This record gives sequence, C-alpha cells and structure tokens, in this order.
Amino acid sequence: MLEVKNIVKQYANHRALDDVSTRVEKGSIFGLLGPNGAGKTSLIRIINQITAPDSGEVYFDGERLNPNHIGRIGYLPEERGLYKKMEIGEQMLYLAQLKGLSRKDAEARIKHWFEKMEMQSWWNKKVEDLSKGMQQKVQFVATVVHQPDLIILDEPFSGFDPVNVSIIKEEILALNRAGATIIFSTHRMESVEELCDSIVLINKSRKILDGKVKAIRNTYRTNTYRVEYLAYEESVLAVEGLFSIENAAHTDGNTTLTIRIAEGKTINDVLAYLIPLVQIHELKEVIPSIHDIFVQQVTAQASNPLIATQE
Amino acid sequence: MNKILLIIKREYLSRVKKKSFLLVTFLVPLFLIGIYALTIYLTAKSFESNQATVYVIDQSGLFEGKLANTNNITFRDASGDIPAEKEHILDEEEKTFLLIVPSDIAASSHAELYAKETASLAIQNEVSRQLEQVLRDIAFANAGIDRATVESISPEVNLSAKEITADGEKDSSAGAAMGIAMSLSVLVYICLFLYGAQVMRGIIEEKNSRIVEVIISSVKPFQLMMGKIIGIGLVGLTQFILWIVLSSALMGVASAGITDGQGVKAQIENQQIASGDEVQPVATSQGGIFSKAKQELGKVDFPTIIITFLLYFFGGYLLYSALFAAVGSAVDSETETQQFMFPITIPLLFTYILSFGVLVNDPHGPLAFWLSMIPFTSPIAMLVRIPFGVPMWQLALSLALLVGGFVFTTWVAGRIYRVGILMYGKKASYKELVKWFRYKG
Repeated sequence: MLEVKNIVKQYANHRALDDVSTRVEKGSIFGLLGPNGAGKTSLIRIINQITAPDSGEVYFDGERLNPNHIGRIGYLPEERGLYKKMEIGEQMLYLAQLKGLSRKDAEARIKHWFEKMEMQSWWNKKVEDLSKGMQQKVQFVATVVHQPDLIILDEPFSGFDPVNVSIIKEEILALNRAGATIIFSTHRMESVEELCDSIVLINKSRKILDGKVKAIRNTYRTNTYRVEYLAYEESVLAVEGLFSIENAAHTDGNTTLTIRIAEGKTINDVLAYLIPLVQIHELKEVIPSIHDIFVQQVTAQASNPLIATQE
Repeated sequence: MNKILLIIKREYLSRVKKKSFLLVTFLVPLFLIGIYALTIYLTAKSFESNQATVYVIDQSGLFEGKLANTNNITFRDASGDIPAEKEHILDEEEKTFLLIVPSDIAASSHAELYAKETASLAIQNEVSRQLEQVLRDIAFANAGIDRATVESISPEVNLSAKEITADGEKDSSAGAAMGIAMSLSVLVYICLFLYGAQVMRGIIEEKNSRIVEVIISSVKPFQLMMGKIIGIGLVGLTQFILWIVLSSALMGVASAGITDGQGVKAQIENQQIASGDEVQPVATSQGGIFSKAKQELGKVDFPTIIITFLLYFFGGYLLYSALFAAVGSAVDSETETQQFMFPITIPLLFTYILSFGVLVNDPHGPLAFWLSMIPFTSPIAMLVRIPFGVPMWQLALSLALLVGGFVFTTWVAGRIYRVGILMYGKKASYKELVKWFRYKG
C-alpha cells in the first residue's frame, strides 16, 4: 500500500528524519511508534504531501506519491480543529468537497455517517456549541467521510473520552475489515500494540526496527516464563544449567516465580523438573512488550558509542 | 483549481452572510447621506431662524436711514435713553440687539453691540460691514470722490482653468479634484488595512483552531492562502459596489430634497421682496455655492475614477494582504503581530501623509510620478493623481508594475506561509522568517 524509501527531512538546525524506510501492507493496521519528537509527525506530513522530503521517495500503491493520492488518504492530525463559527453540516460538506467529492456524494455520505453515529441533529449547530467529545466525533467523520483507502491517525486516542475511544476504535476496525489500511501514530505504544499487525519504531529521527508485531516480539523473547504454584510445597531453588530465578512473589498462599531458562534447554525440561516438586497452577511465557523492546533498544543505542556520537 | 474555488466560495459566503456585513453595507451609505442631509438642513435652517432685530442709538447722527435691512437683520431706531433701552433688551427675546454708535465714531472707529448673549459672528460682521460702508461713503464724499466712480473701476477677472486633452479642451476642476483625491486616499488607506487585517485574522484563526492541518492535507497551502485572499477581496469589492449603488440611489433621493430646500429659500426671498424690504445677495450667493459645487462635480470623470479605484484597491489589496497573510502565519495571536506590522505600515502611511501635503498640490511632479509607479505606494498615490488626469501610458505602466508587485509579494508570502502555519507556539523572528522562506519543497 505504502512504501517509504530513505526519507531525509532536514530543518534548519535539526534533522527530523534520517534515512527512514518502511512499508505498510495493504489492509493492515500499522503502528508508527516512537517518543515525542522522534519524527513521526514529520513523516506523516510527508505522506500527506503537506511537506516534501529533502531526499527519498514515497510510493502509494506502487505509484510515486502525487496529488491524485490526496483524495485517497484520510488524515486525523494530532492537532485537531474545526471552524468554530461554521455550521457542522456546511463544514463537513466543505471538507469532503476539498477531498474531491461532489457536493451530492458528500451530502449522502455525511448523512449516512451522521445517522450511524447518531449525530443527525447536529447538522445546523455550530462547532462552538458542541461538547469536546462531540467535536471529536465530528472530526473523525471528517477524516473518513471520503472513504479513503489509507487512514492516518496521529495520536488518535489522546483527548478522546473513554466512551468515544471505544466507539471510534470499533469504527476504525470496521473500516479496516472493509479494506482500509490504517496507520496509527502514537507515543503511547501500549495503547495500539494489540491492534497493530506491523509497526515501525522511530527514535531521534532514525528507524530502530520494523516488522510484524509477532515476529518482533519473538525475536526479543528472552526465554522467560512465569510459573505459579501452591506455596506450602517446599520452595523451589534455581538449578544451575536448567533455569535461574529472576523474581519470586508470594500472595494468597501462592508463589509466583519468574524464571529464565538456560540456553539449550526448553520449558519442557523445566516442567519435568518441577512437576514432582510442586503443584503448578499456571504457566505463561513472558514476552516483552513493544514498549520494553523500545526501551531496551534505546538504551542499547545510547550505550553504543558509534551511534551516540553521530547525534 | 476547483478546490481554490471552493475555498474562495467559503471565505466569501461565510463573511457576506454575517449580520455585521449587512449592517456595515447599509449603514455606511445611510451615514454619509445623513451627514449630507444634516448639512443641507442646518443651512436651510439658518436662513429661517436667523432674523435678528437691532435697535440703534445713533449719537453721531451719521447713520440715520442709512443702515439697510437684510435677510438676517432688521434695524430699528431706538430712543436715546441708553439705560432704559438696555433694560428693554433684557425683557426682549433672544436675537434682539442694541447698537450704540458714539458721537465720535468717525475718529474712534468704535461702536458697541449689546445683547443678552454675545452676538453671532455673522451678525457682528454684517453690522460692522454696514457701519464701515457708511463711514467710507462719508470719507469719499469729504475727499470729493464719487462712490459710483470708485465702484466702476473695481476690475474683476474670471479665471477659468481648462485642460487640453486629445478630445479637445474641457473645463478643469481643481477644487473638486482635490476633494475627491483626498477622500480616495483616505478610503484606500483605511480599506487596505481593514481587509488586510481580515486576511491576517482569518489565518490566525485557522492556525489557532488547528483546522489548517486538516485543510492542507487536502489542498496546497498556497491554494488555501490565495483562496482566502481572493475571497476576502471579493467581499471588499462587493461592499464597495453596494456602497456605490446605494449611495447614488440615496443621493438621488436626497437631491430631490435639496431642490425642495432651495424652493424654501426662494420663497423667503420672494416674501421679503413682497414686503418691500431690500433683498441682500446673501441667499443668492448661498444658492450660488450649491450650483457651483454641482457644476464642479459635473466636470469630474466619475466612471474613470470608480474603475481605477476598484482596480487599484484590488491590486493594492492583493499586494498587501499577501504580506498580512505571511504575518498571520508567523504568529499565534494578534498581539504578536506588532513587530511585523511596522514595515507593512510604513509605505502606506508615508504615501498617505504625503498625499495631503505634496501630492494634491503637485499631482504631476516627480515625487507624485514615482510614488504612483512603485507598487507599494501606487494604490494610494495614483488614486490621488487620477482626478487631476493621468496619461494613459503612466496608468498602464503603474498597473503592470502593481501586478508584478503582487505576484512577487504573494510568492514571498506563500513560502513563509506554508512553513509558518504549521509552527505552533513558536515565537518567530525575522531571522526565522528568512529561514522558512529558504526551506525546500
């Protein structure tokens, strides 16, 4: 759907994007992740053709990005806003027409969405007369009303109240099932982790890693498991060459152990050792979250003098 | 192109639909007409109610029967009892005066006019004029000069200014031209700021409400800027055209009223003729001013002035509003605009001030010529010159330069604008603006 190749964006005294490449599969939900100031918004603005890169290319559906693609992208910026004194209906029509819809089409689709979101009575109201949550709904409809193939949501859940978050999440997933490709951009990685198929991690203008969420997490597995058992059994001690104990916690008569399995051994070997000793209640692999991976990567990068000196 | 039309349409309609637009559009002509009508009314009124009675105590005996009644003043003889007459004045209504001419007036040139209130200048002037006239006659007689002879040798020359044009000679109208020139310079000066500031405010609003990012993901920043500038410019043109149409319609109505007013004056004159009083030329000279003003205005080429006004307003507006747009994009609130407004204001203010002193008095001089060529000053300078007549080639050259000027400023402004509108919460300096201007893409 979208391919970003070696993008460089230089502002007067800082480089917002430094040789960033990634690809977004058609029909996927893609996470553009990184802390504030990493360069996410700069990249989004380039994809939206608001600004142009200094070098590098963007391909949309195999074609080099061009103005014809504008109508196929829906963009919800982090900094949201509407004309305060303009009536909602007129405003929606205006925004949809700017995206290339005819007035007639725009009207039909806006009515359809308003019905779906139970907003029909808002048509003649002014934005300033709506509550914040209502404005957010209006803004969301404005983003998707022209049936874009690619929907880019910059910090989509910040500022939304919990009820709206779940409504809008549902709508986004429905659009995704209907074939739209979604890009979430956020610094709150845990908020989209379970939604995303693939991600790219950006820090300080550079790409740290990208790929399928599952694959990434698998690569960063540490062979760590959490085992819970009844505590009145005699306690378990680490076994050299089989596993080490990272953490032990005692609650409600249960003990929870976090263990790391030694190289060359599997969980089955550990179980074979444990089963005669204790009554096991639960066993779960501890897979690092994207956030953990990010922190790990960033610290690694910072401690690596080669990369650190380039900053 | 289609999108820019959408933007123009929104900017235009959202302003024209506002109540304040309708209010201003209809109130301004009414206000102008109101002032016009008030002037006429007060002038007419002054003819009706200015009848004053002057009681004369002539101790010198020189003036008996020689003071003539006028439209405004009736002279009556009074008894020689000064204290009693002063008492009498106190009992009388307003507009009653007591004139005491001392016996030595010929030598002292001094007389006294008593009243409950200080007499108006018009009355004072008229009384002293008549006294002087009589004294002068006596002096002439004493010197053996015949007054009729003196009057017969008072030469008068009528100078009528004519312009030579390709179409032949025509009457020149310096007075009216000067008046129109000054009003045009005021009008353009105010309007450039008025509509330029609207562009700036609109941009600050879009930036503050953050809608700008939604819109420029659909259209190019330059399209948004131009759409806004053109849309608001059309609002200005609409307003002017409505003002012109409404004013001329109302003027038509008011003129009919004036003719009536003149009828009243004529009636007053007729009455006085009928009553046997001597009619003084005051009323007729007033009427003369009206007809002369009308005559002068008749010589002015209004269609040319209106067309060039609209062209220069729109051209100057495009040029300056682009700069206003750049300023709007660089700031977060109107209070921050001060530092950038200065260089925009200077050329306008400079021309505006000069237009009163220098340009009107020397509309064809080198300063006037150059100021009317430079795009930053020509919208005011050329409009000041237009009523005095400007050669076609100068007009064409100036307009061409103006077009070049606004193409240049919109290009510069567009480059600053596209970066500025995405810079939130950052206080920009001139250095920063230059940097933004240089950004690629």
